[in-house]
Amino acid sequence: MKATVYVTIKQNVLDPQGSAVQGALHTMGFAEVGKVRVGKYLELELDTTDRSEAETRLTAMCEKLLANTVIEDYRFELEG
Amino acid sequence: MAQQLTAKEPTPEQIADQQIYKQMGVTDNEYELICGFLGRQPNYTEIGVFSVMWSEHCSYKNSKNVLRRFPTSGPKVLMGPGEGAGIVDIGDNQAVVFKIESHNHPSAIEPYQGAATGVGGIIRDIFSMGARPVALLNSLRFGRLQNERVRYLFEHVVSGIAGYGNCIGIPTVAGEVMFDESYEGNPLVNAMCVGLIDHDKIQRGVAKGVGNPVFYVGPATGRDGIHGATFASEELTEESEAKRPAVQVGDPFMEKLVMEACLELIDTGIVLGIQDMGAAGLTCSSAEMASKAGNGLELYLDEVPQREEGMTPYEMMLSESQERMLFVVEPKDEAQAREIFERWGIICAKVGKVTDDGRLRLFHQGEQVADMPVTALVDECPVYDKPSKEPAYYGENAKIDTAAYPEVKDLTGALKQVLASPTVASKEWVYNQYDYMVRTSTAVQPGSDAAVVTIHGTRKALAMTTDCNGRYVYLDPEVGGRIAVAEAARNIVCSGAEPLAITDNLNFGNPEKPEVFWQIEKSVDGMAEACRELDTPVIGGNVSLYNENAKGAIYPTPVVGMVGLVHDVDHITTQSFKSEGDRIILVGNTKAELGGSELQYVVHGVTEGRPPTLDLAGEKKLLDAVLGAIQKGYVASAHDLSEGGLAAALAESAISGKLGAQVNVQSDLRPDIALFSESQSRILLTAKPEQAETLNKWLAEQGVVSAEIGIVKGTELNIQVNGQPAVQAPVEQLEKVWKDAIPCLMN
Amino acid sequence: MKFAVIVFPGSNCDIDCYKAVEDTIGQKVDYVWHTATDLSDYDCILVPGGFSYGDYLRCGAIARFAPVMNEVRKAADAGKYVLGICNGFQILTEAGLLPGALLRNNGMKFRCHATELEVVSNNTAFTNQYALGESINIPIAHGEGNYYCDDATLAELKANNQIVFRYAAGANPNGSVEDIAGVSNKQGNVVGMMPHPERAVDQLLGSEDGKRMFTSILNAWREQHGAAINS
Repeated sequence: MKATVYVTIKQNVLDPQGSAVQGALHTMGFAEVGKVRVGKYLELELDTTDRSEAETRLTAMCEKLLANTVIEDYRFELEG
Repeated sequence: MAQQLTAKEPTPEQIADQQIYKQMGVTDNEYELICGFLGRQPNYTEIGVFSVMWSEHCSYKNSKNVLRRFPTSGPKVLMGPGEGAGIVDIGDNQAVVFKIESHNHPSAIEPYQGAATGVGGIIRDIFSMGARPVALLNSLRFGRLQNERVRYLFEHVVSGIAGYGNCIGIPTVAGEVMFDESYEGNPLVNAMCVGLIDHDKIQRGVAKGVGNPVFYVGPATGRDGIHGATFASEELTEESEAKRPAVQVGDPFMEKLVMEACLELIDTGIVLGIQDMGAAGLTCSSAEMASKAGNGLELYLDEVPQREEGMTPYEMMLSESQERMLFVVEPKDEAQAREIFERWGIICAKVGKVTDDGRLRLFHQGEQVADMPVTALVDECPVYDKPSKEPAYYGENAKIDTAAYPEVKDLTGALKQVLASPTVASKEWVYNQYDYMVRTSTAVQPGSDAAVVTIHGTRKALAMTTDCNGRYVYLDPEVGGRIAVAEAARNIVCSGAEPLAITDNLNFGNPEKPEVFWQIEKSVDGMAEACRELDTPVIGGNVSLYNENAKGAIYPTPVVGMVGLVHDVDHITTQSFKSEGDRIILVGNTKAELGGSELQYVVHGVTEGRPPTLDLAGEKKLLDAVLGAIQKGYVASAHDLSEGGLAAALAESAISGKLGAQVNVQSDLRPDIALFSESQSRILLTAKPEQAETLNKWLAEQGVVSAEIGIVKGTELNIQVNGQPAVQAPVEQLEKVWKDAIPCLMN
Repeated sequence: MKFAVIVFPGSNCDIDCYKAVEDTIGQKVDYVWHTATDLSDYDCILVPGGFSYGDYLRCGAIARFAPVMNEVRKAADAGKYVLGICNGFQILTEAGLLPGALLRNNGMKFRCHATELEVVSNNTAFTNQYALGESINIPIAHGEGNYYCDDATLAELKANNQIVFRYAAGANPNGSVEDIAGVSNKQGNVVGMMPHPERAVDQLLGSEDGKRMFTSILNAWREQHGAAINS
């Protein structure tokens, strides 16, 4: 089974990277750009076929390691 | 939207009836006083503003009376406590600006951002004085590295410090890290910044000139770091996650731009007053600037740049969003100021005006939402004298005779154990993550007694260090406080500099416990005495209280940050052995003093008894004699004896010099005590063979005890006591033990 | 000879580069803002270290779009000397002026310490004062200095003698391909390196092995200049 995990800075936490990228895009003429948030994208291959088990385990992985829940949110998708 | 939120805030009556002020840390008596100053009940914004202004952090209400015991002036002190940072004259129209500050609680919650924003905050304190920051230091305490959470905190605090300092381009040149159970759950993260300034550029945080505009610069304000407890009212629990207070995130890139722009602005000479927005953000900076000028201030909160929608006056006033500054110029200079910030790509907003009515008044959406007397906010917070009581452990410790411990026979093994103790072990794992060379002025890099930073275009340099042994302070706060100052001075002298002044960070437990307050009082007494005797006044500092976990308070840890002046770069001295054949000279007396020592901790597994004694007059004599010897060119290397005593000092000098030594110590003490006692006022010197006699003679003339104990030689550290073999090991082997200890625990 | 030190928002080794030029060879040097649109006055362009634009997104990724980079490209095409140090190296690779890319250090941590380098090519304007194979001490300070290029590019670098510096055997601090610490373009007038020569120009600060990079540039310019006059 394949999992895709997205980790992003929480909405109300300052995202310096996002602000810098937004500024650069504006300078380059992409004036239509609004808020920019920079996050992380992870692909994980899981050796399991049990979907609900995989979800529980993925949640634990995110909580423990993949995301810092003090400042980051996460979500994931499962395929296969 | 904002109206709705405001409407959901508790009314003045609800604040009074439900005692909501208590959740903000305001006592019944303080609430009554506030009502008296206002002549009515405060609204939610006003009580919020008072609660932060009257917090320990801003008002020092619990520590003020104790802090008054510090000597804070001297012929070279240009600015003492009270501004962003203290300033000391170093001649030639130049001055050094420095301060230390803690970020303990934020770092315990989110170590990376907590430490990073701690560094960011202290840098702002320095450049808001008009100074160019030239170096960063830190002082860190953690629990034992065997604990997984402790490793997590240690790893991320170090990367947070590195992430911020490296990016902004200020070298992190020195620091100290100690590990002890007492700090488990309560890491200490104290950051210090040192800057250079010309006398005529010195700025103050004052709102001068009635009618002058007040400007806000830096990133937009979000709901960062608003105290969680103050937000937990029932009406707001249904609000979305986005309305919750958030951890502050540091943006060193932004701070670099704000710093360069502010220094450029200050260079124009048009600034009347400038201050950073640190703790309690807009509240504290605006109230203090008005107070120092004896003026009032109006703030138009709709003009405050906002990162999130629907922010209330309460939120804007209490936000701790980072990298923001407040300044005042005359109306005619407004365009010039704006141009500078525009060029640096930084928001610059006119948010207020200086008034003559002595009141802080806030306006939001066409209404006046707060009106408070500035003096009440800044000067009228009640000051408390807390009850103080000698703790039981102090009396019990008097009965412990550390000289009666069973004798340690395997002294090579003991030395290796001490060298492998994370407190003594090499901190290369830490400081290699810091850019300690940027600005190309770091003459003595991390790892020696004190760092030395040159002053471009002169022959002068600055030496700097942070020091405190919390175990000593715990065992005897007064003596421990004295030692913290004396050891810092010794480190400064060993690097070839004259001690100038200190900044202090008082890290303690809950001051409402009489035993903790006793520790605060006694250690301040000890530090104050040492500062007077060693002629190093306190020019600023910080207090961090309530450092407690379930097991109790941390060891009392009053960290001393000291800066010294190297009069000529030729005087710069390091701890490493220099050349084969150099004579090794031990300066000072060794007594049977194992209380609070590293040997006691790692071998005997306890921290008990009395710490080493310290005679301040003797210390002063020693420091003057050694500094004189260094300045006269008699000394090849100098190293302060501290944790691990003589054995550890010899090993460190050997390892860093990649040279061995043949040593024979004459002593009436047991060999384990002679080598590992942590008696104070001792320095290990080496001298070229042809200069050894001159050095010994000089030391004797100065009335300082010294003994030639050996010679730098070969590749082995060979220590005898009274001619009997004690320690024997290849330097390379000791180096491996010392260098691998922390990486092994971290991997 | 006239030097330009480019200043991006977030550059922090700009002052050190400026001082190094003054202290080692005493030539004229100016700070040039990232918005500049004319570099025709300058003979050598230094792209300094630091964290341009906070190094957000990718190191150098935003800086390469700054207006001044068009001028840096023109200068490089015209055969002028361009030296990118640390973040400057990252910017030059992002801009395509040098081959390869810089990845996160293999140890995942920022590393700052002295390193021993081997001079692999002394046939550039920046290294003509060094002996081939000479071992020199120049410090590093970076988190993303792990030089990477594909096999074809590597073969080309070798064939054209474009590898300028290597970390000493067994002392590669970041996992770079074949211990590469610095490379040049085909023509040899553009060099990028992770170590900081501007931090190694004074024995008091630990090393002066970087001095000869600056004297090399001056030497190369004088030769070129002299040749141009003679021809």
